[in-house]
Amino acid sequence: MSIWIKGGDLVDPERGVIEQSDLIVERGIIAKILPRGTFRDAGPRLRVIDASGKHVVPGLVDMHVHLREPGEEYKETIATGAKAGVVGGYTSLACMPNTIPPNDCSSVTEFILRQAQKAGLARVYPIGAITVGQKGDVLTEFGDMKKAGAVGVSEDGYSVANSELMRRAMEYARFHNLTVICHCEDTRLSAGGSMHEGVVSTRIGLPGIPSASEEIMVFREIALARLTGTPVHIAHVSTEGSVNLIRRAREDGLPVTCETAPHYFHLDHNAVIGYDTRFKVNPPLRTSADVEAIKRGLSEGVIDVIATDHAPHSPMEKDLEFDRAACGMIGLETALPLTLALVKEGVFGMAEALRRLSYNPSKILGIPGGVLRVGGLADLSVIDAEMEYAMKEEDFHSKSKNSPFIGMPLRGRNDLTMIGGKIVWQRDTAHIDR
Amino acid sequence: MREFKHKDLLGIGQLSIEDIELILDTAESLKLISSRDIKKVPTLRGKSVVHFFYEPSTRTRTSFEVAAKRLSADTVSLSVSTSSMAKGETLIDTVRNIQAMNPDLIVLRHSSSGAPHLVAREVSASVINAGDGINEHPTQALLDLFTIREHKGRIRGLKVAIIGDISHSRVARSNIIGLTKMGAEVTVSGPPTMMPMGIEAFGVEAMPDPLEAVRGKDVIMVLRIQLERQSKTIFPSVREYAGFFGLDARLVEMAKKDVIVMHPGPINRGVEISPDVADGPYSVILNQVSNGVAVRMALLYLLIGGTRSVDLD
Repeated sequence: MSIWIKGGDLVDPERGVIEQSDLIVERGIIAKILPRGTFRDAGPRLRVIDASGKHVVPGLVDMHVHLREPGEEYKETIATGAKAGVVGGYTSLACMPNTIPPNDCSSVTEFILRQAQKAGLARVYPIGAITVGQKGDVLTEFGDMKKAGAVGVSEDGYSVANSELMRRAMEYARFHNLTVICHCEDTRLSAGGSMHEGVVSTRIGLPGIPSASEEIMVFREIALARLTGTPVHIAHVSTEGSVNLIRRAREDGLPVTCETAPHYFHLDHNAVIGYDTRFKVNPPLRTSADVEAIKRGLSEGVIDVIATDHAPHSPMEKDLEFDRAACGMIGLETALPLTLALVKEGVFGMAEALRRLSYNPSKILGIPGGVLRVGGLADLSVIDAEMEYAMKEEDFHSKSKNSPFIGMPLRGRNDLTMIGGKIVWQRDTAHIDR
Repeated sequence: MREFKHKDLLGIGQLSIEDIELILDTAESLKLISSRDIKKVPTLRGKSVVHFFYEPSTRTRTSFEVAAKRLSADTVSLSVSTSSMAKGETLIDTVRNIQAMNPDLIVLRHSSSGAPHLVAREVSASVINAGDGINEHPTQALLDLFTIREHKGRIRGLKVAIIGDISHSRVARSNIIGLTKMGAEVTVSGPPTMMPMGIEAFGVEAMPDPLEAVRGKDVIMVLRIQLERQSKTIFPSVREYAGFFGLDARLVEMAKKDVIVMHPGPINRGVEISPDVADGPYSVILNQVSNGVAVRMALLYLLIGGTRSVDLD
């Protein structure tokens, strides 16, 4: 059966254009892209999706999620996380290795892929740990994990404190063509902190995490990228200083890419006043000056990727004293509207927004996606950029509800997600299936 | 009729100047009870107060107990070793259980900043913060304000120096907020390792050199050095701290002639304060302790004594 996606504005982040084009999808592939109104052949075997007034975009690619399986299935499973992903417009998710046990060997990598296949929703790409047990001592078997399906390595949740080991990890990862993703935190400097160190932490009496604890490690990873020549990707950039370091590294021609997350351009440390643990995240919410610097970094293209750092937690980890509560917030079902808000604000255009949500992360991980072209994979989403609404706790498909954006006015949402030509989810109320 | 329109006392920041004056005035009249032969009035008969101390405390806990008993309230004490929290129960579950027994007021001391705020959202009983992490210790600040007003007749316009670990002191934080609100000029002093980022935003002057900090002051407040923090990297040795920042006669000399010296206790003699100053004529340290009972009686009375307005904040 063929599918005709009709009347939408087609966003192509690869070429940076928006065109009024129809798509014909056949056998999982984009068979034709035609100017609007030129396709007439509406046979009985043709399913029609009415995308008029909507945008047809490459399926979103989130290169930083925590799916919690194996080990913490009460927070999220690969199936529920993938469901939250496709509802949010994502077709591909790269999951971080800090599960229990961590993804530090091929058998865990294979398990993750098997669970993803069973779920049959988003494509899932495992990221392997850099050291065995994420303990920072011994390198994991990169080659073995790569063969099993891992696309990158990261110690996410922790930093590799030993610089010599990190150097070797970069050198070795290059041989296996694995993307190295760096969680940047000098954990001695951040120890004991539960929010950004600044005027607000002083005011409300919470131990602080200085920006320097992130920036020291960003600088180290840049220095090691220079030393080893290995491309490195800096995860969840939150400070102005980090953006400046990465800008300089890029000007020097170093192979450094980076990501930020929506909470770092929508919230600042003032949100923590009141001790609401939904706002506790690592790295912490920074100052309004940092928020502006993140937006500038996104606008200039210094920040390549918007990832969610989707981090589900149950009330058992969150309904606690602030310093005892877990860090992290869910993000798969709010990242799209929060990014579109920047389009409205004029930070970047629609095509640039999609570049950071799909094209760039695909390229950095070396996985398919991020493009809409004839002969290419039909991974796409149909989004209504104007729809205004607010999320309630029960609206989330993620097993956990720890979103700081509950109740906040949002604009723009996903109405349909197609993966490999198959419609894996569509919004009942969108009435786009004819 | 002056009204106290609060369900809880979580921090000094929530109080208006009028609220603070009402508390201090109420404390003044209740203070007399403690000097009578029969130190008990029936004001809070039938009310129950739970003292829930998740951190060790002698002075504050005893002070609250004495205050509640002098007003005839029934009191129950829970500490972390006797509560189920030692068995792994969460704070929220523990206080839900306490709430189920319908107390009128919970006095909470906890090592986590913001813990009383969490509890106050969860229970219908009033909550008094008896010290939360490094955040606030509002009843200490109120008894300090009371003691200053008692000795100086006013608070507005006084020059106050606070010396010690400002970063990790809930006493400092509450006093800074309270003193600046009431119109005092506050100078904080201590090594930069003990100075929190952006402290100037509180409207205080930071002066690391204690000799300069105490010059011409009406009040010197000395903070307890937490010896257990010594293993961390805040200062090299007790000996060196005492040499540079310990309040001794030489430093007191720099202040006004009628200066008063305060300390929230317990004191480390010879560390942050020399014995001769602690026991000397300028010291009001034991007055602070006496006044603590009066101020806590006032708070109990204002929060659960029936004068509380219906339209709570």
